[in-house]
Order: sequence, then C-alpha cells, then structure tokens
Amino acid sequence: MSKPRVAIFDFACCEGCQLQIVNLEEELLDLISLVQPVAWREAMSESSDEYDIAIVEGSITRPEDEERVKEIRDRAGILIALGACATIGGINKLKNNFDLDEVKRYVYGKDAEMPHLNTAMTKAVDEVVKVDYKVHGCPINRSEFTYIVRCIALGKEPVIPNYPVCVECKKRENVCRFEYGEICLGPITRAGCNAPCPSAGFWCYGCRGCVDDPNVNAAKDIMEKYGKTVEDLMQKMALFGSGQKTEARE
Amino acid sequence: MSQSIDINVHHLTRVEGHGNIVIKADDGTIEKVEWQVPEAPRFFEAMVRGRSWMDIQTITCRICGICSISHSLASIKATEDAMGIGVSEQTRKLRLLTHCAEQLQSHSLHVGYLAAPDLFGVKSVVPLVASHPDVVKTVIRIHRVSNEWSDLLGGRTTHPITIVPGGHLTPFNENDLRGLKKTIEETTVPDLKTLAEVILSVADKLPAFDRPTEYIALSGPDYYTFYDGDIASSDVDEKVSVREFEKVANEYVSPQSTAKWARWHRESYAVGALARFNINADRLLPLAAETAKKFGLEKGCCNPYMNNVAQVVECVQVCEHGIQLIDELLSAGLKPEERNVTVKAGTGVGCVEAPRGILFHKYTYDEDGICTGANICIPTNENHANIQKDFEVLVPQFIGRGKEELQQMLEMLVRSYDPCISCSAHYLDVKFA
Ligand code: SF4
Ligand code: SF4
Ligand code: SF4
Repeated sequence: MSKPRVAIFDFACCEGCQLQIVNLEEELLDLISLVQPVAWREAMSESSDEYDIAIVEGSITRPEDEERVKEIRDRAGILIALGACATIGGINKLKNNFDLDEVKRYVYGKDAEMPHLNTAMTKAVDEVVKVDYKVHGCPINRSEFTYIVRCIALGKEPVIPNYPVCVECKKRENVCRFEYGEICLGPITRAGCNAPCPSAGFWCYGCRGCVDDPNVNAAKDIMEKYGKTVEDLMQKMALFGSGQKTEARE
Repeated sequence: MSQSIDINVHHLTRVEGHGNIVIKADDGTIEKVEWQVPEAPRFFEAMVRGRSWMDIQTITCRICGICSISHSLASIKATEDAMGIGVSEQTRKLRLLTHCAEQLQSHSLHVGYLAAPDLFGVKSVVPLVASHPDVVKTVIRIHRVSNEWSDLLGGRTTHPITIVPGGHLTPFNENDLRGLKKTIEETTVPDLKTLAEVILSVADKLPAFDRPTEYIALSGPDYYTFYDGDIASSDVDEKVSVREFEKVANEYVSPQSTAKWARWHRESYAVGALARFNINADRLLPLAAETAKKFGLEKGCCNPYMNNVAQVVECVQVCEHGIQLIDELLSAGLKPEERNVTVKAGTGVGCVEAPRGILFHKYTYDEDGICTGANICIPTNENHANIQKDFEVLVPQFIGRGKEELQQMLEMLVRSYDPCISCSAHYLDVKFA
C-alpha cells in the first residue's frame, strides 16, 4: 500500500496544536516515513487537493467555514479533529455565552457591521461534519498525536483514555489542589495528558474535555467536602466546557 | 518600462494565520496594492468578560500558540497592575528567563523553518532536509532546546502553566536550572554561531530595500528589555508609560480603504526584532553585538527584510541573558514562595515585547475580581499598516523585475515581519476585490 496522503487545515484557533506537530522535530521525520504530507499551509508552499487523511485544527465560527470543512470532509477518507478547538470548540466557545452582535460591537465598535467580521456560534468540528478520530487537549499532547497517526497508518484502532485526570495525577503523587482550597476539574476531565497542570502546582481546567460519562455525583461530593459550590465549579468549567455535551453542566 | 501585472496570493504560506496579497498593474499604472487579512476573528476581548481574575491568563494565552508566554506575561502583568500586586525578584527573574525561551523558540522557528527556504530558493524546509541536512539538524537542535527550556520554566511547551498573578510556580529545582545552563552554553550558543554563519552566507538574497520607518519598542534603563520599561519610538526622545499605550497605538481609517490601521508619529509604524534592535542595540550583550556586526546590522537600519537578521541577533542575546539570569537565580538560591494576592477592583495594563513586537493587555476588574472589560493590542496588527506602506513603495520601485520576482519579494517581505495573523484580536486593513 502506498503511503497515505495527509493534509492539515486550520480554522479559528491559535495554531498551537499545529505547532506541536512542528515541535515533534526529528520524530516528525519518522512520521513522514509512514504518511506523506501534501498540504500544510503553515509549513509548506506546495499544496494538493488529493488526500486520504485530513487533519482539522480550530473551531468552526463562520458559515463559509462550515462549507469549507464539508468540502474537506468530502475529499478525505479519514478526518481527524486536532485539539480542543476542533474536538469540543475549546476556548472559542466562551463566545457562545454572549449575544453575538454585542460581542462584535464590543470588539470592533462602529465597524462591527462589515461583512468579513461576520461570526456565528462557535461549533466543534463534529457539530458540522463526521469526525473519525479526536486528538484532545489545548494544546494536544505530542506523543498522543504520533500514537494516533501511527495507529491509523497501520490500520489499528487507537485507545484513548476514558478515565479522569485524577488517575494520572495521583500516580505522579501530587498533593491535590482541593487541599489548597482550589477547584480542580481533574475528577471529570479525560486523562491522557499525564496531568501537567496539577503537577506544576495549578488546577486542571479541563482542556481535554469531559470523560464520556463524567461521575458528576462524585465531583459534587468532592465540592461539598471542600466547601465549594456548584457555581464555583461552573465558573471553572466555562473555560473549556461552554456548551460541551455533558450532563455535568446541569 | 510598461508592465501588466496581476498578483493574487490567496492564503500566503509559511506564515502563521491567513493573509492575501493583491497587486494589479496595467501598462505601468499601479491600480491596486493590497495586503489583506481575512482571518476568522475570535473576539477574545469580549470573551473574558465575566471570568475570574484567576482564569484570564488561561484564556488569553490561547490568542496565539507561538507567543503564548508573552500573552501570559502581558496578561498577569495587567492583572497585577489592576490589583496592585507586587512580585519578588525571584519571580521577576524566572519570568525573564521563561520569556527568553519564547524568543528563541519563535525566532528559531521563523528564521530556520519559515524564512530560510526563501534564502535557499526552495518552497519549504522539506527539500532542505535532503540538500542541507546539517543546517536543518542545527535548526532542529536549537528549536528543541528552546522547547525544553519552555517546558521546564513554563510547565509545558505551549500555553504555560507556571505564569500566575503574584508569582511563578516552580515545578523545577536548582539542578534543573544548572542543566539548562549547561545545554545552552555547550549546545545552543555554538549552534547559533553556526546558524548565523549559514544565514550570513545567503544574506545577499535579502533584498536591498530601505524605507524610512518609525520603530516602536519597550525601552528599559539598563538592559535589552522584553519585559520592563516604557514605550520608545525611533522618531522622538520622549518615552510614554505603558499605561498610556492607547496614545501610541492610534487606530485610524485609511483614506484608501475603510480599514483601521495603527499609527503614532507617521502613517504607520513597525514593531518586532528590528524595532527593538533599533531602540536598544547599545544594550546588547557582547556575543549578540558581535553577531549584529558580522551582518553589518546597525542602529537606524530601515530595511524590513533585516528583521530576519535582527531575530538571529536576538536568539544569541536571549541565550547570553538566559545564562546570566540562571547564574543570578542560583547564587540567590531558589526558594519556595507564597503568593500574596488581595482581590480588588481596578484597571491595569500589562506590556511585554512578544517575539513579533510590543504587546498590550488591559483589563478592568470589579471588586470580586471578575473581569468587566478588556482591550488587547497585538503586534501583528500594529505591523499591518506598515506592511501595506512598504508594499506601496516597493511595488513601483521593483515592478520592472517582472511578476515572478516581484511576487517572491512581496511574499518574503510579509514573512520578514513574521506575521502571526491568528493573533489578530482586532482585524486590520481588509478589503475584498
Ligand atoms: S486547542 Fe488550544 S492549542 Fe490547539 S489550536 Fe486551539 S487554542 Fe490553540
Ligand atoms: S489535583 Fe486535581 S487532578 Fe489531581 S487528584 Fe486533585 S482533583 Fe484530581
Ligand atoms: S491537566 Fe487538565 S488542563 Fe492540564 S493538560 Fe490535562 S486536561 Fe488539560
């Protein structure tokens, strides 16, 4: 079988996840032995419309971008959503908590009506087209990315953790952030990052999104034990959880 | 010579974000010269409202993946300014050291991966892997060390965790700092010397094009600053306090288009490595000063293509400064610190030099520490008008060279500014033909 052709596309985002691909450095050269990059605007001037795997970074925030991602979907056999902006809408979904016209006026003042400033509700990629694989995180974890791409290239199914960050955090023997009087989203957030935030002395803010069935009751118990309210939890969850499909918001 | 030229570069490659170049010339008359920025706007200033002071850095560092450390620093400085929070000398030095990592990260990425292909006459770094393997390996090594440096000081490579209001988290120890110093000294400094030689050998590919320009950068009293100081201009002696940045970054509507540009003393100004060099060159450390000399880069340079060279000089500068900072931190001893934050209402400004130029964050908080308003002014936006002004002078001057060469020059020009268009929280200068 010839090497699968890979194209990378970006939508509304900070491009930090593409940067993690660049940051693979030598390992990127290894990956290129498995797949052939054919379009990657950020790194190459060459480009092609024929590809097997499309990697999509960023959120969908404009009607014209919905069309563009649909075209990409039509051309690609496999579509990978790269990073929180693409998998769950990420930080861009904070915008959905406001009236969109008001948001535009706030940032652009009297120019808010100009057509290219059009914006719609932020959507994760799978709210517009079918997504085959998700690389979670803001930014993605480099080794998880190579693992998933390798699996796809070799025709294997990647296994993504569906247990909470707390599991990885406890393995690293961190003192729990709740002990410091802080709120940490580790109990409901999908592991796979190896808990860098609690390990650095900061709370988990849930950039990998919720596990499939977050144990909301357990999270509530923890909140109660440490004298925190559900409102406190919601304030923290708004960052990466605005509009996430989960019962945890109820 | 009469010429009909139609250049339309849609989504310029090897820049961060999306930008278009449109040039139309008919029979020698230039009808249109435009630099367009159709990036999807992201509305950060609106989105931070209603969020707690504790979460603002986590949100605003996501403006840009490449300069997330700079956005984090500008963000927490603004919060600290708003609430009157002070930091220790250790915290200040750890921040400076973290910031050095980002300059090296961003500049080496830009010069090595995105700009170098132009100098070698190829379309991306991929062909260079085969034709110049040693050069590519050197760039990779420099970039990898800069990433490890950010990993250590920032808690990870992109979107740092350790940069918090009132302090700097320390998930590392003195030995880690010693190890980092050794790597910089023994690997990165020699690698940078090699890289500088390589760039010097192809520097004649940088077009000779001068246009008198106003340069703006932070200027501190005693060192080549990316963090402290006031706003300085190459046009005047008087400096402006960062709290008054809105006086400097004046947005205005250009007569040729409906777009907003930024200006201070002229129609446009430039920020970034060349601006900092032009303002602060006499404060460079010895090796960095020597590097500038090798390239013949002198204060007062107004060739925008030389921004690439200024970035190489700054790579050397941040390594030298980084080594100094580590020595100072080690001789004082790394101590665990308490953070003292008393939440109060107020408005504050934070300013740092991002790799691409001076960056401002301004927030207002209520008495509960909830953000009620924000204004963020980003270097790439500040440069857009200057790119357009360069185009307007460059196109008539070089139109005789034909479409292909002109297009290459224009693309290189935009890439020289290293525009991180995804940063654009405001849009600037967009006009659709
Ligand atoms: S997920 Fe985070 S790091 Fe990745 S592109 Fe979006 S904002 Fe940037
Ligand atoms: S710090 Fe966070 S991730 Fe770690 S155990 Fe506590 S709640 Fe879980
Ligand atoms: S610990 Fe939480 S916030 Fe940090 S990387 Fe993991 S999921 Fe994201």
